[in-house]
Amino acid sequence: MLTELWNDAEGGFHPASAPDFLPEQALKQVQLRRLRAVVARAYANVDLFRERMQARGLTPASIQRLEDIQQLPFTVKTDLRDTYPFGLFASPMSDVVRLHASSGTTGKPIVVAYTREDVGVWSEVMARTLACCGLHRGDILQNAFGYGLFTGGLGAHYGAEALGATVVPISGGNSDRQIMLIRDFGVSALCCTPSYFTYLIERAAELDVDLRTLPLRAGIFGAEPWTDAMRDHIEAAAGIKAYDIYGLSEIIGPGVASECSAQAGLHIFEDHFYPEIIDPETGAALPDGEEGELVLTTLSKKAMPMIRYRTRDITSLISEPCTCGRTIRRMRRIGRRSDDMFIIRGVNVYPSQVEAALLAVEGTLPHYQIILTRDQGLDQMTVEVEVTPEVFSDKIRALEDVRARLAKAIEHILGIRVALHLVEPRSIARSEGKAKRVLDKR
Amino acid sequence: MKLQQLSLFLENRPGRLGAPLETIAKAGINILTLSLADTAQFGILRLIVRDWDQAKAVLEDAGWVVNLTEVVAVDVLDRPGGLAAALAVLEGAGLNIEYMYAFSLRRGDKAILIFRFEDPDRAIKVLLDQGLHVVDGEELLNLAS
Repeated sequence: MLTELWNDAEGGFHPASAPDFLPEQALKQVQLRRLRAVVARAYANVDLFRERMQARGLTPASIQRLEDIQQLPFTVKTDLRDTYPFGLFASPMSDVVRLHASSGTTGKPIVVAYTREDVGVWSEVMARTLACCGLHRGDILQNAFGYGLFTGGLGAHYGAEALGATVVPISGGNSDRQIMLIRDFGVSALCCTPSYFTYLIERAAELDVDLRTLPLRAGIFGAEPWTDAMRDHIEAAAGIKAYDIYGLSEIIGPGVASECSAQAGLHIFEDHFYPEIIDPETGAALPDGEEGELVLTTLSKKAMPMIRYRTRDITSLISEPCTCGRTIRRMRRIGRRSDDMFIIRGVNVYPSQVEAALLAVEGTLPHYQIILTRDQGLDQMTVEVEVTPEVFSDKIRALEDVRARLAKAIEHILGIRVALHLVEPRSIARSEGKAKRVLDKR
Repeated sequence: MKLQQLSLFLENRPGRLGAPLETIAKAGINILTLSLADTAQFGILRLIVRDWDQAKAVLEDAGWVVNLTEVVAVDVLDRPGGLAAALAVLEGAGLNIEYMYAFSLRRGDKAILIFRFEDPDRAIKVLLDQGLHVVDGEELLNLAS
């Protein structure tokens, strides 16, 4: 049995991780079998999928090989909004044991559903995620992802229990208590958004708690893009290894892909989520190694299958073998989302570019916010940056110099003029979930 | 001979000066003198207080970024040309003044000025050599009480 052959590079053992090590041909067989089943299920039960396939003259029988997936129509986020709340369900409500929903910043939220079997798959892929991050039975995982409609909290919770780790279900917020429990419980791993963890580092220092001296050794971070420089900062300041994990509610929640000990790309659990990279403009499939938009198909979801879902995340697939021994493909870390991007005076800008500039000047990432306004028809970009003890001086000239260097670094990367304002410490709102980096007032 | 000066970053908008001053007042700390330097966007509040270490602690607890700098208090004759004479001494020695401001209290016919030098130790030596009076912390506290 494959499930008994596998062992983790970091000493842990979890049988559920066996599919991570499947030989390529065996993996492809599993993928094709599951792809045909999920297409048949979507076709039979979801009007939108059936109508779109019929419009192209396709039936489930059209899928004979894995490559045939490229004939299938895409699904996009607005499809979930347009069919709100239950229009894409492929199971009757009597088989649905769980609903989750997105925060819905604009208009209606996106609703997702799980059968009991789906919850089982979710637990499995999250257990595999945590095993990938070197966790095993005996670890104490403080789960600071929000519990509730957001998939992060419960996803990590079920995964940790499936792995046999000890979960501290603290949810998000209440930072002083987070720090107290990390210390008092001897927590060995923590999961939350990377921006919230940088806040915890800040807060721990104020409380005179040195995270580097505690048993905490792994941080499992997801739900928003973050940079390698931010990882370096987190790893040095907290004395941990910081792992990037990836997922989205529309597909399952967290548990789609995870970094391993090599921290060189995220392994996609592709026996359950079939990845493709496409050209975001033309929709054409791109080969492994080329950068484009990630498209995912849920191979085993029952309640709400997703066929060729366009994630808006920009990445590329890595098919070269990984040093950790896993055979499933990796994707590069998501540096940007096509919908995080904003356009100012005709220039495409990603917050991560601004972040890189701030880091280059200050050495660590200060809290910042990008504010977009329109003045007499002209777009203005203002970056507010909190003053840190490292850059503060009693001399006006020194502060003006910092301000000018920050502005210049951003202008150099973006090629457009920005207004840079130094603001008081803690004047920019802290997030307990996803950081709100861009305030578009246009 | 040197004094400890606290500096705080403030945004240049209405009401920002009140908050740190209130924090210090609540802790029962007396401000001996202060100066405010500003640009269109931000300002730096510089404070000379009794118990600077306690003041620094309460301000940092309240979330302010506080910078500690050594400054020098010098008294000069409070009459036309008094300051010019002192400055001439400093200039003659090639000492760089980053900024200066007046202390709020006078001592007899003398006014006290606070100087931020690039090199405070050398400045003190030059001032003393030239017969100027450098006021130490103890004296300032006595004046203010």
